[in-house]
Amino acid sequence: MSQYRICPDTGLYFDRASEGLIKANAVAGVVALLIGGVLALLVGLTRWPAVHLLDAPDFYLVLTAHGINALIFWLIFFEIAILYFASSSLLRCRLATPRWAWAGFALMLIGAVMTNVAIFQGNSSVMMTSYAPMEAAPHFYLGMILFAVGALIGCFVFLGTLVIAKEEKTYVGSIPLVTFGALTACIIAVFTIASGAIILIPSFLWSIGLIGQIDALMYRVIWWGMGHSSQQLNVAAHVSVWYAVAAIAFGAKPMSEKVSRTAFLLYIFFLQLASAHHILADPGLSSTWKIFNTSYAMYLAVLASMIHGLTVPGSIEVAQRKKGFNNGLFEWLRKAPWGNPVFSGVFISIIGFGFIGGITGVVMGTEQINLIIHNTLYVPGHFHATVVLGTTLTFMSLTYFLIPVLFRREMIMPGLAKWQPYLFSGGMVVFTLVMMGAGTLGVPRRHWDVGFAQAAEMGLKFEFPGSATMMLGLVGISAVVAVLGGIIFILITVGSIVWGKKLEKSAGLMQSFGFALAPSCYTSEKLEPVKGPAADLEEHGSGGFEAPGTFVLALVLLVTFVVYYFINWKYLSSVWPMG
Amino acid sequence: MSAILPPSERIWWKTPVGKEEIVWILLALIWCIIMFAMMPIWHIYGKQNLSNEAYKTTPVQYEAKVKAMTEQHTIRTQLVGGVDVPVVAPPAGSDVYMLARLWSWYPMLELKKGESYRLHLSSLDWQHGFSLQPININLQVLPEYEMVITITPDTSGEFTIVCNEYCGILHHTMLGKIYVTE
Ligand code: HEM
Ligand SMILES: [Cu+2]
Repeated sequence: MSQYRICPDTGLYFDRASEGLIKANAVAGVVALLIGGVLALLVGLTRWPAVHLLDAPDFYLVLTAHGINALIFWLIFFEIAILYFASSSLLRCRLATPRWAWAGFALMLIGAVMTNVAIFQGNSSVMMTSYAPMEAAPHFYLGMILFAVGALIGCFVFLGTLVIAKEEKTYVGSIPLVTFGALTACIIAVFTIASGAIILIPSFLWSIGLIGQIDALMYRVIWWGMGHSSQQLNVAAHVSVWYAVAAIAFGAKPMSEKVSRTAFLLYIFFLQLASAHHILADPGLSSTWKIFNTSYAMYLAVLASMIHGLTVPGSIEVAQRKKGFNNGLFEWLRKAPWGNPVFSGVFISIIGFGFIGGITGVVMGTEQINLIIHNTLYVPGHFHATVVLGTTLTFMSLTYFLIPVLFRREMIMPGLAKWQPYLFSGGMVVFTLVMMGAGTLGVPRRHWDVGFAQAAEMGLKFEFPGSATMMLGLVGISAVVAVLGGIIFILITVGSIVWGKKLEKSAGLMQSFGFALAPSCYTSEKLEPVKGPAADLEEHGSGGFEAPGTFVLALVLLVTFVVYYFINWKYLSSVWPMG
Repeated sequence: MSAILPPSERIWWKTPVGKEEIVWILLALIWCIIMFAMMPIWHIYGKQNLSNEAYKTTPVQYEAKVKAMTEQHTIRTQLVGGVDVPVVAPPAGSDVYMLARLWSWYPMLELKKGESYRLHLSSLDWQHGFSLQPININLQVLPEYEMVITITPDTSGEFTIVCNEYCGILHHTMLGKIYVTE
C-alpha cells in the first residue's frame, strides 16, 4: 500500500498516517458535540420557566458538562484534525511522528473521559471555569491537564510536519494561506495551553491538599489567559476554514495574501493579555490596565476579524464575478450555491459571527458597559454566537466536505443536509438574541431559579419583568430547534460514515448535493503555485472596487456596530451613578 | 491560485492591495480608535465608572467591619428563613459594608435617594456576583478582596441583589435587599 492516497475527486493528498489521525480526532470531536448537544437540550429546557426540567443539583452538573464537552472537547479535537489536514494534506507531506500524534490523541481521550467521570460522579459541578476557591474533585483537573498535554503534542506534530515539508521541499514558495492560518491557531494554542498549565496544575495540587490556598483574583487572571486565548484559537481556526471553503467551493483566491496574513499575525500579537475583558467588573485591577488590555490588545484583534470578514466574502465575490455573475451588487451572492451545506453553513457563519457575536463581544468588552452585562445571560448569548454560529457551524460545514473526501463515503440524506445549516443556525440566531434580551433585563447566567420560588419561601421576594419570562420561554423553544438541527447533523455525518455507499473512483460525487467543485482544486501532480491572471480581476466590479457587494455589506456591519455601541452607552447612563 | 495552495505570486508581499481593503481597514481602524477613546472619556465625563479602589482583606477582618457597622446603625430587622436579618441605615456619605457568603447577602441596607455612599463588598467564602436589580449593575465579589465603590441611588424603592456568580448548590436562593427612601 502506498504511503499516501490522492482523492480522485479533489486531488487532495492524504498521508495514510495522517488520514487515520484526522478521522480519529474528527470523530472524537463529533462524539463530544453529541454529548454536549444532548446536555444543551436539558439545560435549555430547564431555563424555559414553563418546563423547568431538571432539579437544581442536576442542572448545575449538566451545565458544567455541557460547557466543557461542547466548548473544550468538541472544538479542540476538531481543531487538531484541522491542524493535521492543513499541514500534511495541504502541503502534501508525511505527518511528523505519527506515534506521538496517536499518543497525544490517547491522552486527550483519557483526559476527556476522566473529567466527564468526575463531573458525572457529582462532586465537580463547578462550571467550566472552576473558579477557586470552589473546589472540584482532583480527577476533574487531572483530566483537563491530560487533555491539554495531548493537545500540546498535537501542536508539536503540526509544527514538525511544517518543518519536514520545508526540508523535503514538498511545496514551492510560501505555505498556503489556510496553512498559515492554522499555524496562527497552533501558536495561540501553545500559549493557551501554557496558561492552562500554570493555573490547572496548582489547582490540581490544591485539590489533593498539597497547596494551601489559591488566590481568587490570580486564578481569574490566569484562567482567562487560557480561556480567552482559546477563543482566539477558535477564531483563527474557523477563519482558516472559511478561506479553505471559499477556495474549495469557488476556487476563490485571497484578495490580498499580504492583508490576510497580516490579519492572522495580529491575532498572535494582540492576544497576550486580552483576558482583561472577562474580568472588567473585578476588584483589584486598575482601569488603566483594563483599558489598555481591552483596547490595545483586543481592538487590534477585532480589526483583524473585521479584515477577514471583508476578505473572505470578498474573495468569493471576485471569484463569482469572474464566473459571470457580475450584475449589480449582489448577483454573485444570489447565485451562490445556497443548497450546498458546505457553502451555506460557512456563509451564515460569517454573517452570524460578525453581526451577532462580534459586535456584542466588543460592546460588552468595553470597560464601563460591562457593568450592565457582566454575568447576565447576555454573556452566554454572545458567545453562542461566536462558538456556535461561528466556530461550530463552520466545522459542521467542513465535515460535510470531509465525508466524501476523507471518509470516501457518499452522504446519506443529501436533501436533509441541505436544510440542516438553516435549521441549526435559525434556532441559534433566535437563541442568541433572546438570551441577550433576557440578559439586558438583568437575568443572571448559570441560574436555576430566576422565578426565585425557593427564595420567596424564605421571605425574600423578587420577580423579573414579564418580558424576561417571555424571553426565557423563547430561549427554551429556540434551544429545542437548534438541538434538533444539531442532531440532524450528527445523524447525517455519522450515518454517512457508517452506512454511506463506499466511494471507490471519482463519481462526480460532489454534484450529489449541488456541490460544484472549483476547478482549481484539481491540482497537478506537483504542488506548484498556479499562475493566476491577476490582471483580469480589474475588469470586474465597479468604481475600482473588485468586490463592491461585499464592501456594502461591510458598511452595513459598521453602521450596525456604531449604532448598537452607542445605544449601550445610553443604557449605561441611565443606571445609578457610581464611581 | 487559491487559499489552499501556495500563493501564486512568489513575492506576494509586494502585490498591491485592493481599494476596498484599504478603505475598510482605515474605517475599521478609526472605529477602533473611537472605541478606545470612549473609555477614558467616560472616566472623565461619564457618571458610571468603577473606582477600582480595592484592598486585600481576610474574611475575619471584613466580617468584623460589617459587624461594627451593623451594631451601630441597625434600624429594624427582617425575617428571612426564620432568622432576623438586620436592616442598616448608615449615614449619608459614610462607609457601608456588605458581605457575601453561602448563600446570602448581609446585612440589608436602607439608603437615601440622591445621597452618596462608599459601598464595600467582599466575600467570606467563594466568589459571588453582585447584581443589583432591576437597576442592573453587576460586580464581581471575591474573597480576600475588598472592593469600594461610591454609589448614588437616584431612584427610590426596593432593590434586590441577585447573586450572578455561580456559588454552589443553593446559588439561586442568594438574594439581598437595598431599600432606598425619598
Ligand atoms: C444546540 C445548541 C446549544 C444550545 C441550545 C445551548 C444552550 C445553552 C444554554 C441554555 C446554556 C446555559 C446558560 C446559562 O444558564 O448560563 C449554555 C451554556 C454554555 N454553552 Fe451552550 N448550547 C448549545 C451549543 C453549544 C456549543 C456548540 C458550545 C460550544 C462550542 C456551547 C458552549 C456553551 C458554554 C461554554 C456554556 C457556558 C457554561 C457555563 O456557564 O459554564 N454551547 N448553552
Ligand atoms: Cu453567590
